[in-house]
Amino acid sequence: MSHRVIVPIGPYHPLQEEPEFFQLYVEGEKVVDIDIIIGYNHRGIEKLAEGKHYDQVPFLVERICGICSSSHPYAYVLAVEDILGGEANVVPERALYIRTIVNELERIHSHLLWLGLAGHFIGYNTVWMWAWKYREPVLDMFEMITGNRNNYAMMKVGGVRRDIKEEDISIVKKMLDELVPAVDMFKGAVMDDPVIQARLKGVGILTKQQAIDWCVVGPTARASGLNIDVRRDDVYGVYDRLNWNVIIEKDGDIFAKTVVRILELYECVSIIRQCLDKMPKGEIDADVKDIPSGEGLGRVEAPRGECLHYVKSDGTNRPVRHKIRAPSFMNVASNKVACIGGTISDATITLAAVDPCYCCTERVAVMRKSDNEKVLNGWDLIKLSQEKTDKIKEGMLNARPQ
Amino acid sequence: MKALFDYLIFPGFLFSAVIGLLAGWVDRKVTARLQWRVGPPWYQNFMDIIKLFCKETIVPEGAKLTFLFSPFFGLLSLALVATILGRSIIAPAYGFIGDLIVVLYLLMIPAIALIIGASSSKNPLASVGASREMKLVLAYELPFILSIIVVIIKSQGVIRLGGIVEHQMAFGSNIASISGVIAFLVALICVQAKLGFVPFDASESEQEIMGGVLIEYSGLPLAIFKLTKAIMLYTAPLLLMTLFLGKDLSPVFAVAKYIGILVVIILIKNTNPRLRIDQSVRFFWRFPAVLSLVAVVLALFGK
Repeated sequence: MSHRVIVPIGPYHPLQEEPEFFQLYVEGEKVVDIDIIIGYNHRGIEKLAEGKHYDQVPFLVERICGICSSSHPYAYVLAVEDILGGEANVVPERALYIRTIVNELERIHSHLLWLGLAGHFIGYNTVWMWAWKYREPVLDMFEMITGNRNNYAMMKVGGVRRDIKEEDISIVKKMLDELVPAVDMFKGAVMDDPVIQARLKGVGILTKQQAIDWCVVGPTARASGLNIDVRRDDVYGVYDRLNWNVIIEKDGDIFAKTVVRILELYECVSIIRQCLDKMPKGEIDADVKDIPSGEGLGRVEAPRGECLHYVKSDGTNRPVRHKIRAPSFMNVASNKVACIGGTISDATITLAAVDPCYCCTERVAVMRKSDNEKVLNGWDLIKLSQEKTDKIKEGMLNARPQ
Repeated sequence: MKALFDYLIFPGFLFSAVIGLLAGWVDRKVTARLQWRVGPPWYQNFMDIIKLFCKETIVPEGAKLTFLFSPFFGLLSLALVATILGRSIIAPAYGFIGDLIVVLYLLMIPAIALIIGASSSKNPLASVGASREMKLVLAYELPFILSIIVVIIKSQGVIRLGGIVEHQMAFGSNIASISGVIAFLVALICVQAKLGFVPFDASESEQEIMGGVLIEYSGLPLAIFKLTKAIMLYTAPLLLMTLFLGKDLSPVFAVAKYIGILVVIILIKNTNPRLRIDQSVRFFWRFPAVLSLVAVVLALFGK
């Protein structure tokens, strides 16, 4: 007879930076079941977006997540440009190239960040520090191109906000050249290390069928042999004019996820180089004035997978509906199958292997009772919020010394 | 009176604690430099201990009395190890027959204290950590003892630390042979596990079980555990040095050898990920255990 214990990971846990809650049901060291509870970090971004005009929203949505702070605004402007008649018809050539460059730089810095964190989670702090050291030049490139290390404020409906200066191009190229040996080093250090292989191979396997069933996206799906990539399947930017590969691994374990991300770094560097070479001179902004009424959908391959934004316009200067689906929303749920059967040690790295981003993902969680199913709409939320405020006020009044 | 001085001041508790905390600083500094960081100043570990002494001690509800006692058992026994070891290095002629066996027993007590303390804290994560620690002790003790048996064979059956040092002074270090090298490497790996360093730190892995065995400790008991770890960082490499590299233990050489062993341990710590506990156990029973058996056989044949 085995004794079942709950090992809590979260809501506050050194494993991950954001509040989320995994309840591991363990027998000894073996994980037999897992409960995934999110919703600690809900900020009502979609509701906020409906109160801002079209040019303000990119600044809001790039603050959804500090890591994907180009993918979210990019997906949003794609959605708005979809209403206007498609990105390729609206946006000037040069702006398309700049958008692609920023998007790929973001992938490099995100994958390096993940590599470091993954090292940290398996107790290999040297990899962590080294990966983040080599991530620094990428952030420097961002600062040079966009003016910011994070939250780049580059995307704009109809174009980009800043041009890449001619004299910066050679510096960026040189920095990319210096990045490649570092990636080579990680490739060697991670892919050939027997201890890392012992920790990662055959752990947290997500088979191809499970990947399809759980609708995972991005590197998580590509590591399970699913051949999907929004950059190729639903072209945006200038990806169709460049020469690059979609990296696919078959095993579905964490090692495959690591390999996919490391090899994607090479593709990113190659894409940026090609963009810098081919970039034409010209305008960077189409100066869009009015958004007609209609609906638009924007899809971007964020570092973690497909990032989807839906915008509905009624012809005024504000979106009437803005819906966001971040990639982690799909990927985190797949832990339900990937974690079970492993040990606690495996579970922690498995949870991290999908590169979860909870601030992207957060939704309002509504507890459903068996007798009366409950669904909340916007007004209910406001009412809840007001009730909460009243309660807090009451508490403060009572706590005040008489 | 002399014995009390030896135990409390030099080479016992106070001396070993100071050296251990300094060694902890070497560990942090070397680690930091390896990771492109600056690292703390030399007095950082002292400040940490002082800070912990000043902090409130929180005892979880339902914890048993052993929760507070076990840290002290570990510290007291390790201080005794430091005393015995230090005395047999300074004056090899003293000591008693069988003090090596006493040292081996006493070296095990901190791990047992950790297990008892964690188990009495009533925390599920601590109990996971305690069970991991227990498995690890069972895994590394056998190869560790076997590799020390090699030393005993090499020293013509002497089981007195001073005698082993004297033998090495006369006939050269124990490491200067095939069996000696193998036994030294095995013992080094076992010391890595004894110290609870990566790759064998599953019992208190921060990312998985949030410090595991130490999760409920705070204030004074936590400081005692940290001190115990510091003294372990002093005694365990010192034991290796005494047993395997004992030819010339004049102060300069002794310090150089000690720091050498320390740096090797730190390098192993920083170039490996953490092993799962089942992998650790399998590793110890497969490689070090077999290798140390081979070393014993080789030593018996005089190689």
